[in-house]
Amino acid sequence: MTPGFVVRRIGFYVLVAVVLAFFAVPMLWLASAPFDARPGLGLRWPDWTWSNVTATFQHPFALTSLLNSLVLCGIATVVTTAFAALAAYSLSRVRIPGRDLLLYLLLLLSSVVTGTAAMVPIFVLMLQLGLINSQFGTALVIASGMLPAAIFILKDFVDAVPRSYEESARVFGASPAQVLGHVVLPIARPGIATILVWSFVNAWGNFLLPFLLLRDVGKQPAAVLLRTLNDEGGSANLTVIPVFSLLYSIPVVALYLLVSKRYGFRFHGGIKS
Amino acid sequence: MRAADSDVAGLGATRAIAFVAPALLLIGVFLVFPALWTLYIGITNYQLTGPAAAQPRVVGLDNFVSALNDALFLNSVGLTALFVFGSAVIGQNVLGFVLAWLLRRVRPSLRRTVEAFVLLAWILPGPVVAYLWFAVLSRDGGTFGLLLNDPATAWLVEYPMVSLIVFNIWRGTAFSMLLYTSALAAVPPTQLETARLVGASGWQTVRDVVFPHIRGHVLTNTLLISLWTANDFTPFLLTAGGPNHRSEVLPVLIYRQALESGQLGYASAMSLLLLVGNLVIALVYLRLLRRRA
Amino acid sequence: MRRTTPFVLLAVGGLLAGCLGQNQAEQGQPTRNADAKDVTLTIVANAVAGGKNTRGADWLTNWVIPRFTEAQKAKGVNVTVRFDQNGAGDEDYKTKIALDLKTGGGADIVEIDGIWLGEFAQAGQIKPLDDVIGKSGVDAWDGWKQIPDAVQGLGQFDGKRYGVPMGTDGRVLFYNKKLFAQAGLPSDWQPRGWDDVLAAGTALKRIPGVAPIQLNAGTAMGEATTMQGVLPALVGTGKPIYDGGKWQGGTAQVKDVLGLYQRVYGGGLGDAVLQQEAKGRDRSFAMFADNKIGILLESDYFWRSVVEPRIGVAKMADRDTAVGWALVPAKQSGSGVSGQDFVSMSGGGVRVVNPNTQYPKQAWEFMQFLNSAEAVKAALAGTAQVTQRNDVNDEVLKGDPMLSFIADEVLPITRYRPGLADYPKVSAALQQATADVVAGKSPDDAAKAYQDALVKAVGEGNVAGG
Repeated sequence: MTPGFVVRRIGFYVLVAVVLAFFAVPMLWLASAPFDARPGLGLRWPDWTWSNVTATFQHPFALTSLLNSLVLCGIATVVTTAFAALAAYSLSRVRIPGRDLLLYLLLLLSSVVTGTAAMVPIFVLMLQLGLINSQFGTALVIASGMLPAAIFILKDFVDAVPRSYEESARVFGASPAQVLGHVVLPIARPGIATILVWSFVNAWGNFLLPFLLLRDVGKQPAAVLLRTLNDEGGSANLTVIPVFSLLYSIPVVALYLLVSKRYGFRFHGGIKS
Repeated sequence: MRAADSDVAGLGATRAIAFVAPALLLIGVFLVFPALWTLYIGITNYQLTGPAAAQPRVVGLDNFVSALNDALFLNSVGLTALFVFGSAVIGQNVLGFVLAWLLRRVRPSLRRTVEAFVLLAWILPGPVVAYLWFAVLSRDGGTFGLLLNDPATAWLVEYPMVSLIVFNIWRGTAFSMLLYTSALAAVPPTQLETARLVGASGWQTVRDVVFPHIRGHVLTNTLLISLWTANDFTPFLLTAGGPNHRSEVLPVLIYRQALESGQLGYASAMSLLLLVGNLVIALVYLRLLRRRA
Repeated sequence: MRRTTPFVLLAVGGLLAGCLGQNQAEQGQPTRNADAKDVTLTIVANAVAGGKNTRGADWLTNWVIPRFTEAQKAKGVNVTVRFDQNGAGDEDYKTKIALDLKTGGGADIVEIDGIWLGEFAQAGQIKPLDDVIGKSGVDAWDGWKQIPDAVQGLGQFDGKRYGVPMGTDGRVLFYNKKLFAQAGLPSDWQPRGWDDVLAAGTALKRIPGVAPIQLNAGTAMGEATTMQGVLPALVGTGKPIYDGGKWQGGTAQVKDVLGLYQRVYGGGLGDAVLQQEAKGRDRSFAMFADNKIGILLESDYFWRSVVEPRIGVAKMADRDTAVGWALVPAKQSGSGVSGQDFVSMSGGGVRVVNPNTQYPKQAWEFMQFLNSAEAVKAALAGTAQVTQRNDVNDEVLKGDPMLSFIADEVLPITRYRPGLADYPKVSAALQQATADVVAGKSPDDAAKAYQDALVKAVGEGNVAGG
């Protein structure tokens, strides 16, 4: 071992440690504030207490809102992932003129709709369709905002699945459905898993659409509730917010852990045929 | 449809359309339609309340002209460009690649730990993340101030854009890291080995061996994170555009015009201009991609 | 896609022409469905159990709705009352209400901030009570005579009644008596002019770690800057913001107000950074509770809900002994509006009957029930607050010296904001002007920029002076 090597090794680990600290330190608040008797907007060693947790569980809408979030984001995620996977496969394997251009256009338009300026059209549209106060309808709007990007990313994955696999499968007499189910899906699985988590995360944080489209507070998701934890003058209620933030984060993290353990969580680009 | 000539999967035109139809239908109804409508509102003086709510008029290009003459709008365009360039094109891209490159050969346990934290930053919900960063950057007890032994500085007020850029690098690097990790896996190991044998430095290896292989991924990644960053609304939760518009990126300005002032016509026009900006990014990307091919 | 494009374009064209800015619902006679036996009414409020204005939400759910349903049943009418709870920022809530009203839907009774009344009225989204209910029905209510004229003004636009106010508030200077004692200032402080306030600030400045004066400024605080900063100062110069059909531009009075900001923040008497933070107002409350702010201009909300020892967001266990209050002085004695020595600004919520309601008569009965003395008292749930009704105020304010002070001393001298559609733009421009001063611009330059911004926002013909 030369001294240069040792120095480089040390430098390497210092660098990794700094990066790790950069990503980990902001999360400390989530570990301290929920259990602090006087939670504030800064970080400090807490006066340990469970009372914030009790207060949060007694909140009339805290737990239902998390359930609503699961329903809303569950639907949006399933729709996004399933539709995007089908569309991405088809767009990848069948040459449609102007396909790329179309995808880019949709990707761009999705940025208009996810912005605030589109709220009047969306509201009026949903009203005409009778989908106001419908969790399903709201989930569809959220899903369609995410679909272009999801198709875009997934198509990259499917493009990377060599066509020769499918050709050989067909030579052996597999039907298109079998090709899809037994050849393409298994290879694209990490990609689909990635899109699943990505769309769930995106839907999970969406505030404005559910707020405007869902009337009944018993139907509103956690993202909306988190904003309601203010008093009449608009000051934040820091008894409930930190604990609720913690609860609110758990499903997302759990989904990620589950998906990455079972399916691997990887982008799978690169092996273009 | 001239599908058959390249239809290796044996989908057939009917099935191909059937596969695309559900997604296109949803996109058509809930995305294309409201988006076009929004663009139409952009040429009216429509407001949420007040006299102009009762009788909106088509004002043609007035909104666009006033936006382009509006110091606040131009300020926002500049800030958005800075935000995208600093936090996405440079920040997330570079840090994402560095992480992917460094973590290739470390112990799996260390790699998984680092990856887990990077990913956690990406998947935590936006409002929660905002609280986390208040705790980092606020005065009197903010973590960063404590670390630097400088508790009196309100980072979000005194260095709003730098704070936002650092925040967004923290927030979004995971995507780039994931993408580059898989891209690097596709670089043939023999070529890396050759580079090592001829004594190439790390930087030379990256530039001459790795980059040509992952060029397409760099472009895809840059496009997506640029678009997402340009449309990101989270800065509002951290600085509300302040102090004094110094961190008012375009999505924040549009939100304030639409919700706080109820000026939907004007806000829609600005949305269209943001779209044009995005279009420019995408076109540059397409050009670069074509040159690759 | 080739097949879908023309279809989409066609659909867009058709719908675009039809939907923008139109009230589709037929608004019929005040007598429609007057004899219905099965009635559904909905009320919407920016109140939610366990969140924003939780007391109001609990009151509606547990007190109002059961009792009203019962009372109607006794008359042989089956009423179902639904309560749409919200707990969002004011702007988000307003957006939701506006979308409801403009699409011909919405709850039968809508709670709004009084300041939005004019905008909604000008948009045709709400209508005078006389048109919705019928003049005879409106006039017949005996509750009107319990509501002071000034408070009734909150529910009026262009001289017409649009709704029933839900109570009001008043703005005063709160001060920390402990800090005052440390600085050698009297515990029964009452400044007579801005100079007195600044002098007290100078005395407080000697205590280390204390921001002497908190006068809300900047855009991050939003309307709190206008209502707890600019406007109370402006009425102290003798002119309200909207006067003789015109908004005040960069007039001498506005310059005076900006000069006051400069003396506070340029002179180190206030925490300039705080005004620019996204959560600056929350922090200012916490700082006051921690004895780090000497003087703070706020409405009685601060007393009731912020430093309140049990449920406040920045509790002060010793509130009753440590927090003092004083009238907001005019610039000098006698320089305020109408030659007043002291001034204040007030606001408050209003309940309106949605013109789209299917049951105008029943909605009005519900409104009367909501504003009955019994209901108003129940809404307080044992706490004190300035309500819309004199009879209730006489009873509930006795025990709270601060709120009695508001009712007896502040409400007679207070002013309200003009509820016009342009007001939010004016307010935003004023906030910007204070932000400029805090950031170091001179009051003259800030006033000039304000004048330009205002002309651009509301049109030259509507701006005075400059």
